[in-house]
Amino acid sequence: MSRLLGHRLFWPSAVLAALLLVNVVFTNGFLNVQMKDGHLYGSLIDIVRFGAPLILVALGMTLVIATGGIDLSVGSVVAIAGALACLRISLLGDQNSVGGVLGAIGLALALSLVLGLWNGVLVTAAGIQPIIATLILMVAGRGLAQLITDGQIITINSSPYKLIGGGYWLTLPFGIIIVAAVLALAAFLTRRLALGLLIESVGGNAKASRLAGISARGVLLTVYAFCGLCAGIAGLMISSNVSSADGNNAGLWIELDAILAVVIGGTSLAGGRFSLGGTVLGALVIQTLTTTIYSIGVPPETTLLFKALVVTIVCLLQSPAFRAKVLHGRRRRPSASARPVPEEKKASVSA
Amino acid sequence: MTEPVPILQMRGIDKQFPGVKALDGVDFRLFPGEVHALMGENGAGKSTLIKVLTGVYDIDAGAIELEGRPVAFSGPLAAQQAGISTVYQEVNLCANLSVAENIFIGREPRRFGRLQWRVMRREAERILASLDLDLDVSASLSAYSLAVQQMVAIARAVQVDAKVLILDEPTSSLDAGEVERLFGVMRRLKEQGIAILFVSHFLDQIYEISDRMTVLRNGTLVGEYLTRDLPQVELVGKMIGRELAALESLEDRRAAAEQADAAAPLVEADGLGRPGAIEPFSLTVREGEVLGLAGLLGSGRTEVARLLFGADHAGSGTLRVGGVPVRLRTPRAAVRHKLAYCSEDRRAEGIIPELTVRENLILALQAARGWTRPIARRKQDELVERYIKALDIRPADPDRPIANLSGGNQQKVLLARWLILQPRLLILDEPTRGIDVGAKAEIQRLVVELSDGGTAVLFISAELEEVLRLSHKIAVLRDRRMVAELDNDEQLTTDALTETIASGGRS
Repeated sequence: MSRLLGHRLFWPSAVLAALLLVNVVFTNGFLNVQMKDGHLYGSLIDIVRFGAPLILVALGMTLVIATGGIDLSVGSVVAIAGALACLRISLLGDQNSVGGVLGAIGLALALSLVLGLWNGVLVTAAGIQPIIATLILMVAGRGLAQLITDGQIITINSSPYKLIGGGYWLTLPFGIIIVAAVLALAAFLTRRLALGLLIESVGGNAKASRLAGISARGVLLTVYAFCGLCAGIAGLMISSNVSSADGNNAGLWIELDAILAVVIGGTSLAGGRFSLGGTVLGALVIQTLTTTIYSIGVPPETTLLFKALVVTIVCLLQSPAFRAKVLHGRRRRPSASARPVPEEKKASVSA
Repeated sequence: MTEPVPILQMRGIDKQFPGVKALDGVDFRLFPGEVHALMGENGAGKSTLIKVLTGVYDIDAGAIELEGRPVAFSGPLAAQQAGISTVYQEVNLCANLSVAENIFIGREPRRFGRLQWRVMRREAERILASLDLDLDVSASLSAYSLAVQQMVAIARAVQVDAKVLILDEPTSSLDAGEVERLFGVMRRLKEQGIAILFVSHFLDQIYEISDRMTVLRNGTLVGEYLTRDLPQVELVGKMIGRELAALESLEDRRAAAEQADAAAPLVEADGLGRPGAIEPFSLTVREGEVLGLAGLLGSGRTEVARLLFGADHAGSGTLRVGGVPVRLRTPRAAVRHKLAYCSEDRRAEGIIPELTVRENLILALQAARGWTRPIARRKQDELVERYIKALDIRPADPDRPIANLSGGNQQKVLLARWLILQPRLLILDEPTRGIDVGAKAEIQRLVVELSDGGTAVLFISAELEEVLRLSHKIAVLRDRRMVAELDNDEQLTTDALTETIASGGRS
């Protein structure tokens, strides 16, 4: 029992379960998943589908945070990737040509990768603190996205592109399949190959890692590039879902939700040990929370407050110090007084 | 002589941790105006006893009395308010604040909520003067050496009217002169009637400064002795619970010195130097040779090691490995040439605390292979099992975080990390500092075995006996300059070596 309670994914899981339970109470048929026209429908499916971009961004963020860094530029990369893809597609003679769309996607992802590498270079070669290095692209990136869209919202009408964010494949929303694929890729790179060990080593003790012969530069470049790529895919997904690119608002503040998801998932901002499963769980908690806010009818002006409240509770539950004080303290005291030590304590207080 | 009344008395202290009884019915007492050494190997319960005393841990059974009254502290702060102050091995001060601020931090003299800087500086000067220290109290602490910082920490500790001062390994990073200075401060405090609990791994220091000692072993009390009544050999016997022949059994290495001379040179440094760190030096390490580096702390021993390993960039000179000129820009490059380096700072530059023993052990090998070529799990198990057994790493659980191991066992894991790579030159910077006698003997034996197997070892230690026992040749450093290179023959003794260090090889 205590082992279960001590598991680092226990509390995020418990909160997710509690949120789902609230929805079950407030929404009829919340747990129902139906098959319609060969597609799966249902609230649970929607949570994962709408949460897909956040999960993607958070996965990349997890690896960056595990190295002891942070990437604030993901929101801008989301906007840039969406903008570039939509621009290229809008210039196509036939917006439904698969080849043309693939070309646009490839170009957008390549640019995302380059932007991620740019962050990595600033951090490794120039030695700029990650929060500052990525802040540059966070601010400048919005401008770049505006430049690509020429300050307008580019609207497109491309059915192959629509598939990414809004389509279905093998009965599932395509976004979920993309998330599963990226998660599998990240898990393969970090746990099957040894990237995870080196990331945790660099994040856990950079000095010692260097003396052990690890090239932190290679690890960091890989990680920031991966994070940029993840943000780029998320950007395609978001712009595809609405068939348009908005350089101003696409992916706005997503970096904060992503960081939150990573932290809820039990990865320390100080770097070191990370958990991909925890991050997915954290992102789902955030997405379910948004769904819950709609389903129980929280007034729109208090949504943010409500969100903040739940996040605070999650973070408190995860803090060992808080748990020891509130949860265990109450339980332990009566049983402990039977032992001789507290008796001594009492005596000393009166003395 | 009538027995004075102890100021502090602990009776029948029990402390249980999950799966291990850390203290079992331990008695301990402390008299005013004495230096009392707490002795025992790593894991004997010294730290636990201190933490129990200062309220970091609750006790399961037993009683603590301070000045005849039963006490139980809720934490170090409560203990400090009652007059028990602790100074730890690492200086827990803020180097960027001034000396005076460091002494008063958290309890600054205030008036109507405003800091009284003048009072603070005057008080700080008074306290430091009472310890025979003359410092500029408004200078930032980082301007002073580690030893002085340590003494500022002590000043801070005694500033609150301390009756009991606990010094937990205060000398482990000080050189001989600094230790003397610290001892001077301790004697002053003794005269003022403060009871000092002193923990150190250096037996010579214990015998120089302490009046009385309490020996612990495996969480139980072995006994309390007057220092002058207990010869060193007996003390060591009591600490480890068996006659220690281990350290003596290493045969003298000097006979082998001539033979090693014939071996091929492995690493040749010619005029290698780094401005501000170490003057240019020339050094040759041959295959199978143990080259000792002797010198005081700060004499440039670590700087030599770091240059040879590529951890710092050389400003001048050339380096050849196996006769081929190389430029080592990173440790990674050095590893590629089969050089290995165990830093003196185990915690900051050695272990990755969150990772397991297994992960720490395979780290260098994995780094050398790159992350795209993982080590198969079965191969990992085999390596980890082999080295845990070979070096007797305890507990023999590869999936435990390395931070939970004792210092000696962490050191063995770090050694194993490099041994897996089968280096041609192993640089060991203070490998035996702060670890228990048993582990120390094992590491020394390992050095001998490696050297017999053809591996070159650069052995750095502040303990001259150790350097003398293991090395074929000894290079002496002083004030960041290599002043002598001596063959370790019959004439060379610790006294002669000390003389060379002191005179800078000019005699």
